[in-house]
Amino acid sequence: MIWNTEIETADRAKLNNIQSERLLTLIRRVYNNNDFYREKFKKARVKPSDIKSIEDIVKLPFTSKVEMINGYPYGLLSVDKKYVVEIHSSSGTTTKPVSSCYTANDIELWSEVMARSLTACGVTAKDTIQNAYGYGLFTGGFGFHYGARKIGANLIPVSGGNTKRQLMIMQDFGTDILACTPSYSLHIADVAKETGVDFSKLQLRAGVFGAEPWTESMRNEIQSKLSIKAYDIYGLTEIIGPGVAIECEYLNGLHIFEDVFYPEVIDPKTGELLPPGSQGELVLTTLTREATPVIRYRTRDIVTVNYDKCKCGRTHVKMSKVVGRTDDMLIIRGVNVFPSQIEEVLLKFEETEPHYQLIVNRKSNLDCLEVYVEMTERLFSDEIKEIQESERKIENELYNVLNLKAKVTLVQPGYIKRTDGKAQRIIDKRNFN
Amino acid sequence: MVIKQISVFIENKKGRLADVTNVLANENINIKALSLADTSDFGILRMIVDEIEKAIYSLKQAGFIVKETDVLAVEVEDKPGGLNSILQKFKEYNIDIAYMYAFVESLNSNALLVFKVSDIDKAIKVLNQE
Repeated sequence: MIWNTEIETADRAKLNNIQSERLLTLIRRVYNNNDFYREKFKKARVKPSDIKSIEDIVKLPFTSKVEMINGYPYGLLSVDKKYVVEIHSSSGTTTKPVSSCYTANDIELWSEVMARSLTACGVTAKDTIQNAYGYGLFTGGFGFHYGARKIGANLIPVSGGNTKRQLMIMQDFGTDILACTPSYSLHIADVAKETGVDFSKLQLRAGVFGAEPWTESMRNEIQSKLSIKAYDIYGLTEIIGPGVAIECEYLNGLHIFEDVFYPEVIDPKTGELLPPGSQGELVLTTLTREATPVIRYRTRDIVTVNYDKCKCGRTHVKMSKVVGRTDDMLIIRGVNVFPSQIEEVLLKFEETEPHYQLIVNRKSNLDCLEVYVEMTERLFSDEIKEIQESERKIENELYNVLNLKAKVTLVQPGYIKRTDGKAQRIIDKRNFN
Repeated sequence: MVIKQISVFIENKKGRLADVTNVLANENINIKALSLADTSDFGILRMIVDEIEKAIYSLKQAGFIVKETDVLAVEVEDKPGGLNSILQKFKEYNIDIAYMYAFVESLNSNALLVFKVSDIDKAIKVLNQE
């Protein structure tokens, strides 16, 4: 099933025309209305008249995450604030978050791409969708909400957490489609097993999973434990939220809605455009966003793209699952975690540069973060309860900053191995391959 | 009497305690008393040693985290009721004990009790009352 057949199955020439036309309009608009982009273009010595077709996009400078953060809250707005109808933001905390503002047309665009996404996963107006993504500033909850409304499905906005209630609702309302993070779906499966809920007897047919990286083996596990088909959805707050790319029934890549989100794959070191099929960093341009359009945004997600025709009939380019990140950002339970945030917290407790190590693991299908911190004279005490109190204090402060529970363990100096004086900061034991 | 105790942070791992005693042995430092408090993750080794400055310096040189604390040392006769008479007084005067340990000196056969208390001055006053 295809939501927007005209666009989603358009041939390359037609797509190219749409992209070119939209890029030209976009560049003129941001040049006139957005100081940030106008300055950037001037620095790069590009004028709107230099952009004649989508191929000219490579003349434009990239936009980085740091620039997006510096633009918080309204710095990247390209319309008068009175046209903004909704605001969402990423989970950044010590560093400022990234905000995304939406006009009424932006919300309509979001609804459209989410309607396309859900339809690709086989969802119809007859289906009941259990939306277990968090509602709030996080884009997950509302993105699915708008898409489900658009196709006229029966949407249950249960939001995240309270797993027993999730199972109750699933049984009572006869949920057809589950939407949540992939790790949470497995957690639901574990709780179902404990409480004797048998998925093979439930109505549940498919799940739409995103907001964190996951692997094929995890897909197999989800599909067998929940007796459903598991689809991968890709998106990011900077671009719109969920609905940037979606898997079709063939489950071998995610179609990027390239009539509205133009993808490029670059060499993360040189910034050069790579030929189709190469693995590199995904760069996205929002061709039609009004409030906060983003031009050549470096997602830092490593993917490959494939322009081969898909059996589903869609012509839009397919990207692989995200295989890694160009920087050291960790995504834990859908929350973006930067080691620098943890360092900042530790600096409050120690006078000197903290020596620490982050260990990320997946235990009973939930991501967990452990922080090993080398003991210092300042933290040390001759009383056990005082040391444990320090650990609790650091844990609380980390929770305030990251919005994520982390277990803190104080270790002996030298515990964290250094090579060439550099400590190994991150050990990610989750397997995404 | 108030004496100086040193505490050392050690991981709860095989051989860690021996690493500490090795440093002290090499420096010819004598351990007069010790106690080890531990959790599943870490331990605190508390010691009374004969050459405290030298002990602290050499342990820090060896990469350990060391702390010096004032503790109360009380000498009692090595016979039944010795500890109890002290604890009863602490109880009566609301003095909290964070931890304690004991050792027996072979020369005069008296027991030496080491206390970390909430108020060391008050504790001394209370014990000197009789």
